[in-house]
Amino acid sequence: MASVKLDKLNKVFGHDRIITDVDLDIGSGEFVVFVGPSGCGKSTLLRLIAGLESITDGELRIGEQVVNDLPPRERGVGMVFQSYALYPHMTVYENMAFGLKLAKTANETIEERVMATARILQLEELLHRKPKELSGGQRQRVAMGRAMAREPRILLFDEPLSNLDASLRVQMRNEIARLHQRLGSTVIYVTHDQVEAMTLADKIVVLNAGQVEQVGTPQELYQRPLTRFVAGFIGSPTMNFLPAEMVAGTAEGCHVRASGIGELALPQEPGRHDTGDALTLGVRPEHLSLAPASGDNSFEIVNVEYLGNEVYVYLEPKDGDTLLIHRSEAPSRWQTGERVALVPDPEHVHLFDGRGRALAVASAHAVA
Amino acid sequence: MTAREFKKLTLRLGFWLLIVLVLIYAIFPFYYAVITSLKPSSELFTVNFWLDSLDFSNYVAIFSQGSFVRAIFNSILVSFSVVAIALLLGITASYALGRVRFRGRTTVMLVILGVSMFPQVAVLSGLFEVIRGLGLYNNPAGLILSYTIFTLPFTVWVLTTFMKQLPQELEEAAIMDGATPWVTITRVFLPLMWPAMATTGLLAFIAAWNEFLFALTFTLSDSQRTVPVAIALISGGSQHELPWGPIMAASVTVTVPLVVLVMIFQKRIVSGLTAGAVKG
Repeated sequence: MASVKLDKLNKVFGHDRIITDVDLDIGSGEFVVFVGPSGCGKSTLLRLIAGLESITDGELRIGEQVVNDLPPRERGVGMVFQSYALYPHMTVYENMAFGLKLAKTANETIEERVMATARILQLEELLHRKPKELSGGQRQRVAMGRAMAREPRILLFDEPLSNLDASLRVQMRNEIARLHQRLGSTVIYVTHDQVEAMTLADKIVVLNAGQVEQVGTPQELYQRPLTRFVAGFIGSPTMNFLPAEMVAGTAEGCHVRASGIGELALPQEPGRHDTGDALTLGVRPEHLSLAPASGDNSFEIVNVEYLGNEVYVYLEPKDGDTLLIHRSEAPSRWQTGERVALVPDPEHVHLFDGRGRALAVASAHAVA
Repeated sequence: MTAREFKKLTLRLGFWLLIVLVLIYAIFPFYYAVITSLKPSSELFTVNFWLDSLDFSNYVAIFSQGSFVRAIFNSILVSFSVVAIALLLGITASYALGRVRFRGRTTVMLVILGVSMFPQVAVLSGLFEVIRGLGLYNNPAGLILSYTIFTLPFTVWVLTTFMKQLPQELEEAAIMDGATPWVTITRVFLPLMWPAMATTGLLAFIAAWNEFLFALTFTLSDSQRTVPVAIALISGGSQHELPWGPIMAASVTVTVPLVVLVMIFQKRIVSGLTAGAVKG
């Protein structure tokens, strides 16, 4: 167990800057998830921490030690790969013991540690099998066991569940979460799946184009996204965005006119934005309500999806082409073809400026 | 018999006829060599496709010559050394060429391929000078050196192709486990590369075992010769007699190990040559 500290970390491949000035503090025992779209640099960042890629610029500390120039084996990290990368010619036991053997650990200690790890991961029955005789979920556990057997200070996971089918993924996700609760080790986990990120993380790091967009607990990211990118990335179905315009701003909040909705009084501070500035209004599907259409501001219901416990209503704006989604508990009284008005809940509306940054909520209204 | 049945029968008959033809074409020379080697020399020129009696006198004759036994020993020494050296250098080179990224990697690969295109005769005189300069003339070490030169390009190419197909994450997993490149090669990659090693090793062995030109040129005395040269130099009682019996006995003797080796490794050869063609 150890903390990890990234200080202005940079990675350049040829002429491409893959990672730009990443600062990050990971506490001892924390479960941190790097999430972002493919190509955002999340795997590269993990590989920098693992030592599989060299750091171009910046400082990486594990515990109190600067590890920039240490090879992976001296960093005290264990890694679980996306393809598991088990040694095909070795048994489960040998796979887990390989690193310990290379570290010249005494035989009794190796056996003790491998057996202990196998017990935790319920692999005792499988120790003499080869990887090809295992199912996907078992291979996954062996890969974790191999990473854990050396008792690393930090466990790294690189999209470990993406090779599993949907139901097994949920099960393994659960196992990883329970494992972390039990062992309390520091974990850094990379995924492109925001559901995995939300369910597993103590702290989520959203990456975009090699930069950190926002760091926070799942709740913070969901309730107060700092950028439009984070707002669109976290949450499923994704947040609805509508073009809007600043009408008037005061210290307590601002008035905004949103396309298709009309004028709204919101708790956001106008900051440096003046009347007439273009903004984007964001509201999650669950923070909308629908009302029978009246006047000009209306949307047409183009599809209603019934999911059993809830209903997604797809709405088409008059002018735009991007559909909006409304989510409510089943049953829903709305039908395809009806015209409705949208009523957002002002407490849960987000405003983003032209550069995609969120407007802060005025302190008087701040929600805990 | 209907026309359809007749057609089916002739087709099947034709098929087996073709197979028999191919088999005779491929096997008859070897079969006749075996037969000849088991005949006494008096019967040598009577054409007979079957053996009436077994006569091992030709075998006794060649094995009672110390020089032939010595030649077999030399051949074994040279061939095994060539295989060992070629595989060792081939594996390490293929790790560098297949897994380490460096400038000029493709050029190196192309040069290696280019080198292997020279015919043996073209480099014979040059190589002769090299071998004499190194003091390896009339010494099996000279043959080992020259055979390795001709075997390595093929070995390196095949092993590099194979090495490139091993997943990147496997190597990274080994690195995370604290393995040095040498440990990665010997303990992680080698066990996975047996099919490729069996293929290239066997082909290198066959090439070294059968090689004649270099063996003839770079050796002088009976005690340093390899089998192909020794067979060519088996002489009869007079200048006008070609001792077919002993020559055939010697040829059969040195072919058998190859046949046995190929049979042992045939499955692996096929899987080595086609590995990676389809994802397995």
